[in-house]
Amino acid sequence: MSETTTPTSNAPAPEAPLTRSPSTTPWRKTRTAKLLASRDAITIYALVAFLIYASISIPRFASPVTTGFLLLDVIPVLLIAMPMTLIIITGEIDLSVASIAGLTSATMGVLWAGGMNIWLVLAVSVLVGVACGMFNGFLIAVLGLPSLAVTIGTLALFRGLALVTIGDNAVANFPKPLTAFFTSKLGATGIPTVMIGVLVVIIAFGVLLHFTPFGRGLFGMGYSKEAAAFVGIKVARSKFWLYVASGAVSALAGIFWTLRYTSARSDNATGLELAVIAAVLLGGVSIFGGKGSILGVLAGVLLIGSLNYALRLGRVSDVVLITVTGLLLILSVVAPSIGSAIRGWRHTRRVRRSTEP
Amino acid sequence: MMFDRKKSPRSSRLASLVAVTAVVSMALTACGGSGTPASSGEAAGGDATITFIPKQLNNPYTDVVLAGGKKGAKEAGFSSSNVVGPLEASASSQVSFINAETQAGTNVIVIAANDPDAVCTALGEARSAGAKIVAFDSDTKPECRDVFISQVVAKDVALIQTKLISEQIGGSGEIAILSATANATNQNEWIKFMEEELKSNPAYKDIKLVAKVYGDDNDTKSFQEAQGLMQAHPNLKGIISPTTVGIAATARYLSTSAYKGKVALTGLGLPNEMRPFVKDGTVKEFALWDPAQLGYVASFAGKALKDGKITGKAGDTFTAGELGERKVQDGGLVIVGPPTVFNAANIDKYNF
Repeated sequence: MSETTTPTSNAPAPEAPLTRSPSTTPWRKTRTAKLLASRDAITIYALVAFLIYASISIPRFASPVTTGFLLLDVIPVLLIAMPMTLIIITGEIDLSVASIAGLTSATMGVLWAGGMNIWLVLAVSVLVGVACGMFNGFLIAVLGLPSLAVTIGTLALFRGLALVTIGDNAVANFPKPLTAFFTSKLGATGIPTVMIGVLVVIIAFGVLLHFTPFGRGLFGMGYSKEAAAFVGIKVARSKFWLYVASGAVSALAGIFWTLRYTSARSDNATGLELAVIAAVLLGGVSIFGGKGSILGVLAGVLLIGSLNYALRLGRVSDVVLITVTGLLLILSVVAPSIGSAIRGWRHTRRVRRSTEP
Repeated sequence: MMFDRKKSPRSSRLASLVAVTAVVSMALTACGGSGTPASSGEAAGGDATITFIPKQLNNPYTDVVLAGGKKGAKEAGFSSSNVVGPLEASASSQVSFINAETQAGTNVIVIAANDPDAVCTALGEARSAGAKIVAFDSDTKPECRDVFISQVVAKDVALIQTKLISEQIGGSGEIAILSATANATNQNEWIKFMEEELKSNPAYKDIKLVAKVYGDDNDTKSFQEAQGLMQAHPNLKGIISPTTVGIAATARYLSTSAYKGKVALTGLGLPNEMRPFVKDGTVKEFALWDPAQLGYVASFAGKALKDGKITGKAGDTFTAGELGERKVQDGGLVIVGPPTVFNAANIDKYNF
C-alpha cells in the first residue's frame, strides 16, 4: 500500500526524521507474510477466534438473529469509527461525535413534531451535523487550537444545545414505514437493510484513506505535521474537511439511532464517543497518529460488538463487559509497546555483538 | 504502512499470538462464569423462564423490587429467573438486553421502561417470538406490553395519609403539609386529592389545613421549613410530609424539639430511615408501598400470561401468591395494592 508511493518518499529531507532507526534486518519475508502479521491482522484473528469460540460454546449465538441484532447494535459505532479512524491517524481526536448525534436526534424530534416533511427533516439534520463539524474544524484547523480541548468543549456544548432544542421531551411518532425500514432485514440473512448504506460509507472512507493521495497525506500528518506541510500536504484544509466528515457521519448515526429506537431525545447516544475510540484503538490505530487501517478498525468494532452480544446472550453483567473491554483496550495499546521493546533489545544486542571484535 | 518496515515479522507474530491467546482466554473465563447459573436453572426441570430488566442495575430501590420478583418467580413456578440490565438508565440502553432475551427464548420479560417508546420495537420482536411482556414500575406504551403492574393508585396514597393524620390528632385541629418541590408532579397530585378529601369527607370537618410548605426534597431546607411551621402555627397538631426526604428531616427536627410526641407526623417514608423515629415515639405511623410486592405480583402476572390464564384484557383475574387475587383493569393495568402502613409493631420486618 503506502510503502512504495508515499508522497514523503519523493522528498529526501523529511524522510530522514521519519525513519529514525533504519532496520538492520534485511527483507526476509514477503509482503503477504508481513501483512498477515500486522497489527490489524491480529485484531482480525482475535475476531475470528472469538466468533468461532462463541458459535461453539454459546447456545443460539450462531444464527441469523445474532447477525441482525449484533449489526443493529454496532452500526452507530461502525459509522462514526470511519471518520474517527482518519482523524486519529492524523494525530487528532474528535470527542464531540456522540453529542453531535444527540443534537441531530433532538433536531429531528423538534422539526418532525413541528410538522415538517420527513425528508426535509432528515436533510436539515445532516446539515446540523455538517455545521457542528465545520465549527470543530474551524477552531482546530483554522485557529490551530488543540483538538482534545476543542472537542471536550463541543462535547458539552452540543449536548447542551440538544437539551435546549428538545428539553426533556421525547418525540416518538415518526412515520412507521421509515422506522420499520431501519430495523428491517435483508431476506433470511438477518443482515439489516441499512447495512447497505453503512457499507457504502465504510468503502468510501476505506478508499479515501488507502487509495488516494489525500489519505496518504493523513498518514504523513500523523508522523509529523511540519514534515507533511513541507512536502506540500495541505494540513489545515485536510483537517477541516475531516471534522466536517466526522460531523456529517455523526449526524447519520444520530438519525439511525433516532429511527431505530423510534425516540428522539437529547440524551441519545450519550457516551458513544468512548465506545468508538475504544473500537478504533483496538483495531490497531495508533493514538499517536500515523498508523492504522479501515479493515483493522472494522474488525475492532465487530470484536467489541460480538463480545458485547455474546456476554449479553450469556446474561453476564455489564460490569464484566466494561472490564473486559477495558482490559482488551489496554492490551491492544500495551502489546505493540512490549513488542517494540523486545525488538529494541534484540536490535541492541545484535549491534553490540556485530561491533565486538 | 511505514512503521511496518521497521517491524521484525517474527516478534510481531509473537505479539499476535499473545494477543489472541489473551483475548480468547478472557472471553472463555467471562462466558464460563455465566454458563453455570443458567444451566443449573434449566436442570430444575420446568421450562418456563422469566427475565427482569430494571431501569438500571445497582439501585437500592430496584434491588428490593427485584428481590420480590425473584421470590415471586420461584413461588409461581418458573424454572429459572434472571436479572439483566444496563448500568445507566438511558433511553435506548435496554434494547440490546431485550434482543438478547428474545434470542434466548425467554418466556416472560418483565421490564421497567426507561423510555416508553424506545423499547417498543424490540418488545414487539420479543412478542412475535412468543414472549409475554409485563411492564412494572414504569410503563411502556400500552400496545407494547401485555399488562402493566402499578404500585398504587394515586388517590389511595393521598387517602391513607389523611386517614393516618386524622387518627393521630383525634379528628380535629390544625395540620400542615410539607412537600417536595412546588411543581413535583406526584406530590401535587396527592395533595390535590388530600385537599378534596379534607373538604368533602364529613369525618374530617374539624381538620383545618393551615399551610403548605416546600422543602424541595433537600434535607436542610426541609428541616428549616419544619422548624418554621412550628413557630408560625403554635396550634399545629399534625404534619403530613408526602416525600421520603421531607418526613425524615421533619422527624429529625421534632425528635430533638419540645414538640416531640405532641405534634403528629405522618406521610411517605422509607422504613430504614424512619425506624429510629418510630422507636423513640416521634412518629406513630407512616405509609409507603412495599417495593418487593411490585416484583412479586409481576412474576405471578407473567406466569398467568404464560399459562394462558389471562390475556391482559380488563376483567381478567389471577392469584398473586400470598397477596391473593389481583384483577386486570382497563388498559391492562394491575394495581399491586394499598400502601403499606408502618408502625412500631411491623417496621422491623422491612429492610429498604
